[in-house]
Amino acid sequence: MSYISDIYTGIKTLLTGMSVTGKYFLTSRKGAITQQYPDNRSTLKMFERFRGEVVMPHDENNEHQCTGCQKCELACPNGSIEIIWDRGIDEATGKKKKFIDKHIYHLGLCTMCGLCIEACPTDAIVWAQNFENSTYDRTQLTKVLNRPGSKVKAGVED
Amino acid sequence: METTLVKSNFKSEEYFINMGPQHPATHGVLRLLLTIDGEIIKKVEPDLGYIHRSIEKMCERDSYQQIVHLTDRMDYLSSHINNEAVCLTVENALQLELPDRVKVIRTILSELTRIASHCLWWGVMGMDVGALTTYFYGFRDREMINDIFEETCGARLTMNYNIPGGLMFDIHPNFVQRTKDFIAHFKTKLPEYDTLLTGNVIFQKRTKGVGVLSKEDAISFGASGPVGRGSGYSCDVRKHHPYSAYDRVTFNEALKTEGDTFARYQVRIQEMWEAMSIIEQLIDNIPEGEHKVATNAVIKLPKGEYYQKVETARGELGVYIISIGTKNPYRLKFRSPGFSNLSLLNHIAVGGKIGDLVASMATLDLVIPDIDR
Ligand code: SF4
Ligand code: SF4
Repeated sequence: MSYISDIYTGIKTLLTGMSVTGKYFLTSRKGAITQQYPDNRSTLKMFERFRGEVVMPHDENNEHQCTGCQKCELACPNGSIEIIWDRGIDEATGKKKKFIDKHIYHLGLCTMCGLCIEACPTDAIVWAQNFENSTYDRTQLTKVLNRPGSKVKAGVED
Repeated sequence: METTLVKSNFKSEEYFINMGPQHPATHGVLRLLLTIDGEIIKKVEPDLGYIHRSIEKMCERDSYQQIVHLTDRMDYLSSHINNEAVCLTVENALQLELPDRVKVIRTILSELTRIASHCLWWGVMGMDVGALTTYFYGFRDREMINDIFEETCGARLTMNYNIPGGLMFDIHPNFVQRTKDFIAHFKTKLPEYDTLLTGNVIFQKRTKGVGVLSKEDAISFGASGPVGRGSGYSCDVRKHHPYSAYDRVTFNEALKTEGDTFARYQVRIQEMWEAMSIIEQLIDNIPEGEHKVATNAVIKLPKGEYYQKVETARGELGVYIISIGTKNPYRLKFRSPGFSNLSLLNHIAVGGKIGDLVASMATLDLVIPDIDR
């Protein structure tokens, strides 16, 4: 007897649960819970703080704000950043000054911790929001952040 | 080995099977060596080490700011609370007095993390016992919290938003509104969880009286979090050793005395209600002020030993630092809740069926990287 009543209460509570799923089945529109990625690429906007990859913005004169102080390299916990730097003559003052040759960033190693960006005294590096980083060859994940021929903006000191 | 089958007199024989490391119910790379007789479990031996990354050793190499981001990778569902644990240890050692704003924001974020973690657990719990639908409902609500985190911290899982001395940057202007929206939304959705799963007789039959853990055993195995509280062991760190802003909110410690799988389930559902009440008490009056206090660029802890514990979504996480006055810890030890909770699995599973093992394991809420580190 209890076997039959067990089946009965089982079905009853199952239907109670299905009242919830039934409600959503009837009322939900497409995309209520899931996003239609990648069809929505054109409208998909990431939050502005989203950590996609580290980039170095350049202005219209191909100038960036990196002084080559290496603070980001020191702050990085896993060696994702390598700064290759040199000393040269500053044209404005005629004094010897450190400048970067290459700001190398290994996206494949980066854990997106944000410590380098916090450490940078001149805000030379920022987060970009792109997240589609897959490639067929991991060497493509090693990037040089400063563009060829770029130089540091005048007046930027750390 | 020769197997002899005596006619008309079936001999039962114990044998081994492997559960995992790729079994869906072990939630990660956990390998369980089961000794079973028919379907009755005789022994469960967890075999660890598949995802060991020597985080504790890496901490000895890193500066105190860098350690924080490694703790994201332990219990990734409570990453915010793990970060907080390390930061609190360092701040206590430096005797930094934090602004009220930092404390309140940390508490709100911790409770949001707890809800998000329990949402995921609830979905997976249902899935483990055969109710796939719950998975989508749990993830729907967790997604809203993930959006809040993404907007404020910039990440969805590995937050690294706490730094020794406060927060990396201030909360996003939308944070308060979004959190309020979420609470209003979740208040209508959490009762649905009960309708969908808790009240279901089939689910109750799978969980009631299964995997019973007595209070004495909970204490001697070092159980903490919802596992301990499901057995009536009052072990909430937030209540007994308040940190951050937990001393200025009122909440009840969810306690059940049955000690079975269903009790642990109910404790977690109750904790989601309590977490919502904590957030509601704080969200309207986040104090104005700085979001961090200045620390030296190179943090050196004074010589000595420091310990701080916090309540993650899984239980008590302890951080123990020995410093010899340099910029790295001499030794850093994490007391992770998952490890102790896993240790009692053999105790509660022996004598049950394999299906019961899956149900009890679901309410232990194991996160394997937290166990292996
Ligand atoms: S985000 Fe972290 S891991 Fe990545 S480059 Fe910056 S400091 Fe290194
Ligand atoms: S990016 Fe910033 S921290 Fe790194 S070398 Fe350039 S100026 Fe220094």
